[in-house]
Amino acid sequence: MSGVVIVGAGQAGLQLAASLRELGYGGSIRLIGDEPHAPYQRPPLSKAYLAGTAPDMMLFMQEPNWFAQHEIDFLPDETVVSVNRELRQVDLRSGAFLDYEHLVFATGTRNRHLPCVEGAIEGVLSLRTLDDARQLQAALQKADRIVIVGAGFLGLEAATIAAAAGRHVRVIEAGPRVLGRVASEPVSTIVRQCHEEAGVVFDFNESVVAVHGNVGRVEALELQSGERVPADLVLISIGVVPNAELAAAAGLEVHNGIVVDRQMRTEDPCISAIGDCAAFPFMADRDRMVRLESVQNAVDQARCLAERIMGRGRDYDAVPLFWSDQAGLRLQMAGLTKGGETAVIRGDPASRAFSVFCYDGDRLVAVESVSRLPDHMQARKLLQARISPTSQQAADSGFDLKTLISVRAAA
Amino acid sequence: MLKVTINQNLCVGAGMCVLSSAEVFDQRDEDGVAVVLEPYPPERLSDVVRGAARKCPALAITVEEVTDAGAAG
Repeated sequence: MSGVVIVGAGQAGLQLAASLRELGYGGSIRLIGDEPHAPYQRPPLSKAYLAGTAPDMMLFMQEPNWFAQHEIDFLPDETVVSVNRELRQVDLRSGAFLDYEHLVFATGTRNRHLPCVEGAIEGVLSLRTLDDARQLQAALQKADRIVIVGAGFLGLEAATIAAAAGRHVRVIEAGPRVLGRVASEPVSTIVRQCHEEAGVVFDFNESVVAVHGNVGRVEALELQSGERVPADLVLISIGVVPNAELAAAAGLEVHNGIVVDRQMRTEDPCISAIGDCAAFPFMADRDRMVRLESVQNAVDQARCLAERIMGRGRDYDAVPLFWSDQAGLRLQMAGLTKGGETAVIRGDPASRAFSVFCYDGDRLVAVESVSRLPDHMQARKLLQARISPTSQQAADSGFDLKTLISVRAAA
Repeated sequence: MLKVTINQNLCVGAGMCVLSSAEVFDQRDEDGVAVVLEPYPPERLSDVVRGAARKCPALAITVEEVTDAGAAG
């Protein structure tokens, strides 16, 4: 019984199993998850679930009997400890081993640690898993002064929930602005304003040098500046590292993720990687290697790989999509920036419904929309078709971007 | 029978529901927001519809059991 062995039961791993069966794959499918839970959605963990408005039940992506119905062997609470590429075999922590025809890493990422924190300190948390979210949600009920380290998507989504619940929220960010790695300056500015109006206090260009506690429980953070910030609860949200050690130990190339080609194949044709753990060539930008953390990327790469396993290989070329809920704003992004793009604004940022079209020269590379869904939808189509409106067209809200797409379609 | 609704204020246009069932869900052309084509889907689609609700990354889909009388009203 070889077949497909999928390491990681998150969004990408589950989607691969489901897509393989949808396409009629008849071999065995083993889905290995290192958590005790059935596959669940992570995006709500820092949004509705944290706010307490989504029950656990809503997070699980399949009914409990779905796995048996589709003959998918789901192994929860299990870890792959090593891969033997010659024998095409993985060893499990439980002592068993599994043969594979095709091995897939869908191992995701884990949270980066704050270098100055050694060991567990009560009240210092991070958020990635359902168990993390449960712990954070419970801690939020009891805490008044909440300090969030890192002003990325995750930290600020948590800030949104905590501030809405009436807590004192302070955010410590090493860079000069919020969402510095993921959003353009105009978007960053509005997001910051909305958080500040909700009562969130920011410290920029600042970092934590020590965590002070009493009987193992956090009391304050010490900043680079020397300031001591009192805290009942600290959330560390300073990014992630890909889970690529297993692949590296198997001799596969790892460079900010498990390196794959346009069809999600590692240098070993029997081994692939998908989702947050995979570094792949981004076709829309001259095959530069990227690693993305999003539902869309996980799902689309899983589907692309399922098709290849079924003999219908195609290059992965989906438009990257991201979204986030920030202090009442709905942020949606299509495409990918790498810094240094020219920002062209469509709509009025003061109205808090606008888009930023990001250009590399005269090439449109990404569109960030704040509460402007129609722009986002047009952006997806433009980017997929590699159509760049002129910056005048992008800036003119009266210009219908759809006409560019239909002209191309008709041509 | 089942009744399917979408909170369009929550929808992020991911299109996961359309992947689950294009018979029941579609996305508006202008903004990608999901719409329900079949608010009372037939029994044979109940699994995929419940699956769509579970897989919606914005938790925007509600599936509830209603009586036939409710459906008519």
